[in-house]
Amino acid sequence: MSTALTVRDLRIGIGQGINLVADINFSVRAGEVLALVGESGSGKTTIAMALLAHTRAGAVIESGAVLTDGLDILSLSEAELRHVRGNIISLVAQNPAMALNPLRTIGQHLHDVLKAHQPELDVDSRSARIAEVMQDTGLPGDAAFLKRFPHQLSGGQQQRILLGLAFVLRPRVIVLDEPTTALDVSSQARILVTIRTLCQRYGTAAVYVSHDLAVVRQLADHVMVLYAGRIAEIAPRASLFALPRHPYSHGLLEAIPDIALRRAPSPIPGQAVGPAQRGAGCAFAPRCRHADGICQAQAPRLRDVAPDHQAGVHQLACHHTALGLTLSQPQPSLATQQRDQSSLPPVLYLHEVSAHYGKQPVLHGVSLSVSMGECLAIVGQSGSGKTTLAKIMAGLDIAASGRINFNGHELPMRAADRAPAQRHKIQYIFQNPYQALNPRHTVGETLATAARHFFKQDAGDIAQQVNAALHKVALPARVATQYPRELSGGELQRIAIARALICQPSLLICDEITSALDVSVQANILELLQSLQQQGLAIIFVTHNLGVVRAIADRVLVLNHGITVESGLVDALLDQPVQEYTKQLIADSPSLFSDLAA
Amino acid sequence: MSLLKPRFLTSQAGLGLVISLSILALALLGPWLAPHSPVALVGPRYGAPDASALLGYDYLGHDVWSRLLAGGFSLVWMAAAASLIALAVGTLIGMTAGFFRGRFDQATLWWADVFLAFPNLILVLLVVAMLGREPWLIVLIVAVAFLPGVIRLSRSVTLGIAQLEYIEASTMMGYSLPRILLREILPNIATPLLIHLGTMMSWAVGILAGLSFLGYGVEPPAADWGLMVNENRAGLQIQPYAVLAPAVLVALFALGTNLLAEGLGRANAGIKEKA
Repeated sequence: MSTALTVRDLRIGIGQGINLVADINFSVRAGEVLALVGESGSGKTTIAMALLAHTRAGAVIESGAVLTDGLDILSLSEAELRHVRGNIISLVAQNPAMALNPLRTIGQHLHDVLKAHQPELDVDSRSARIAEVMQDTGLPGDAAFLKRFPHQLSGGQQQRILLGLAFVLRPRVIVLDEPTTALDVSSQARILVTIRTLCQRYGTAAVYVSHDLAVVRQLADHVMVLYAGRIAEIAPRASLFALPRHPYSHGLLEAIPDIALRRAPSPIPGQAVGPAQRGAGCAFAPRCRHADGICQAQAPRLRDVAPDHQAGVHQLACHHTALGLTLSQPQPSLATQQRDQSSLPPVLYLHEVSAHYGKQPVLHGVSLSVSMGECLAIVGQSGSGKTTLAKIMAGLDIAASGRINFNGHELPMRAADRAPAQRHKIQYIFQNPYQALNPRHTVGETLATAARHFFKQDAGDIAQQVNAALHKVALPARVATQYPRELSGGELQRIAIARALICQPSLLICDEITSALDVSVQANILELLQSLQQQGLAIIFVTHNLGVVRAIADRVLVLNHGITVESGLVDALLDQPVQEYTKQLIADSPSLFSDLAA
Repeated sequence: MSLLKPRFLTSQAGLGLVISLSILALALLGPWLAPHSPVALVGPRYGAPDASALLGYDYLGHDVWSRLLAGGFSLVWMAAAASLIALAVGTLIGMTAGFFRGRFDQATLWWADVFLAFPNLILVLLVVAMLGREPWLIVLIVAVAFLPGVIRLSRSVTLGIAQLEYIEASTMMGYSLPRILLREILPNIATPLLIHLGTMMSWAVGILAGLSFLGYGVEPPAADWGLMVNENRAGLQIQPYAVLAPAVLVALFALGTNLLAEGLGRANAGIKEKA
């Protein structure tokens, strides 16, 4: 098939000789999907936006060409760009709820695009086109549906509308910026199928930006792995997932918790470098186990490693082309060897807990228990009531009924009614580490306040405890004098955990605590949680990610619409689910090892 | 352009700071520097400037320069006190309302809106006409007139902060209410409140000077900038300095505090955009 998009020597900088991305060369053939993969700060979104000749404030496209059908998009004027955007190259944004105008109906959105780009069409031909695109995207095309406003649709339907808006003009290239991040796994699985079908049907080249390699495996023909604004590896999908050649690609794959794999994911040590700190050598060298002298001295160039081009282009930017990296494989024999720890007396026991917001019930008689040193995962899609359940246990003010028993004592629903001696034993860690710490307090102040609140001690003891807590989460003591804005997401989440640990808890409630973090950092946090669990801490881990459940949990409870669907030992439940809902959830979870349809 | 912008803004705040500090210094140190007593009759009525009176004489023959130096203190302390009282009380009420929400919040908002509907100056005039013109009373009334604005502002910024996870975390830890309000929330809403303080200062200067001009402020024969404008307006054509000098100082003080507040506000917004 013909090449639909070619990018040559793209370089985007922020002035003063600092570049965000550089030496970006790739092409996508019509009907194929190229995935741009990397962690935050790798430049994947910057590149994707540059394909539409757009940059964020402060960044400038310094050089390069973006060619479709011989037309260089970067050389066009604003007026010409208006014609090209949507018509030849279009965008699907990350958050559909923010990308649609809440005051205009779905139908108006679609008509607007057609009116702007093809003013010669009359109402009837526009309506015909819209009916066609609604069918393409798997949405009802009747008048009543088109009259709905964005807020009357589910997240998955909203994302389908964005797809429809992008496809209605049959562009040559479509850019998708993490379009499924805001969706639950089932909607995600269906959207991915739709994207693939539409690209093939209309010969559209797609550039799909994602941080999730498991998702990319369901969709992409080629994968481009980015690190610190440079291409690390471009490979056909099959080659990358079977035999990654770059140590970073390999590290990413090993860091992903997978539903098919009962093992702790292994983190990539260290942190990604910022655009200003990049030295002369390979940007990944400080984190690479295989780095040697040449890696420190000289940045590797992107080279072909499979010159025959039979399976497609495979390029690598690494001095060491023959590392022989191997990936962990699932071992089905281990699946049933998990031991049952629930014979230990429970730390926390919930009996028939129900809750409602206003008149809307969100939980119906949920019972659960968790023992010392055990990790219980609560799994559910958005709106299943899992966060509500977690907050009830933490004693946040929610209208709830039922009984909570903690260490053999009845526990009041509200934290304010609980005795301090009970309160410090249950600690809660939030999803978003960037908002979990007061930005105006140093880390040391935050930790010391918590310690002082529960244990009356002199200043020396407190300082010692702060250091000990930081040590437990593997952070240096100097962090105590820093403010949250100076730290990375992974570090912030460690501090949130340290704040919980300084209260000497016996139960830790973790609410999606890794979902805002990069995979390599997530693996780090999961590792930390596991070591805490081995020290006897009970953990309740709320998540929608079944891969994480398999990696760290002992038992799991599946929640849907506030009702317990199923619960049991992790391996037994994930390998032999009984309920239809659980089966579907497992089938929709992206995995690095599942069989692919085509 | 991105480099020029903040520099221009800080220069605006800087100009405001210089003006405000100069007026403040004049008002605070003035009484000690005045060559004559502000109430001593030292020259002819509406006398022109001469060697012992830089700005001439007023309607009774006081030295205008001496009265100018002595007359700023009342305005400055009353404006500052009224604004600070309004800020302290209003912030506490607004934060509590924003943190708890529910009935208390609604009741507070309702009262604030009713008060907001009253024009400030009319409210102050009404109370002063009924209860007298004691300086502490005027300060209190001006503070009360400013309260609704502070309450509304502090409540709305608190609403945004109170839903963030670090506040939820401190609730779960069982921290005391004063601790949550004063140590966790207050530092995070301080910037918009301080900017509002500057704005209130310039409003207070306007109200207090206006009050004196209308004859409801500082009692004659004491010196006061607003009062001086009123006293000498009959002689505007003969001895314009006696009216213009205090008027210019009032205007400068209002301008200075306003520039300062606005400059800080814009600089703060700029920092936020960057982050």
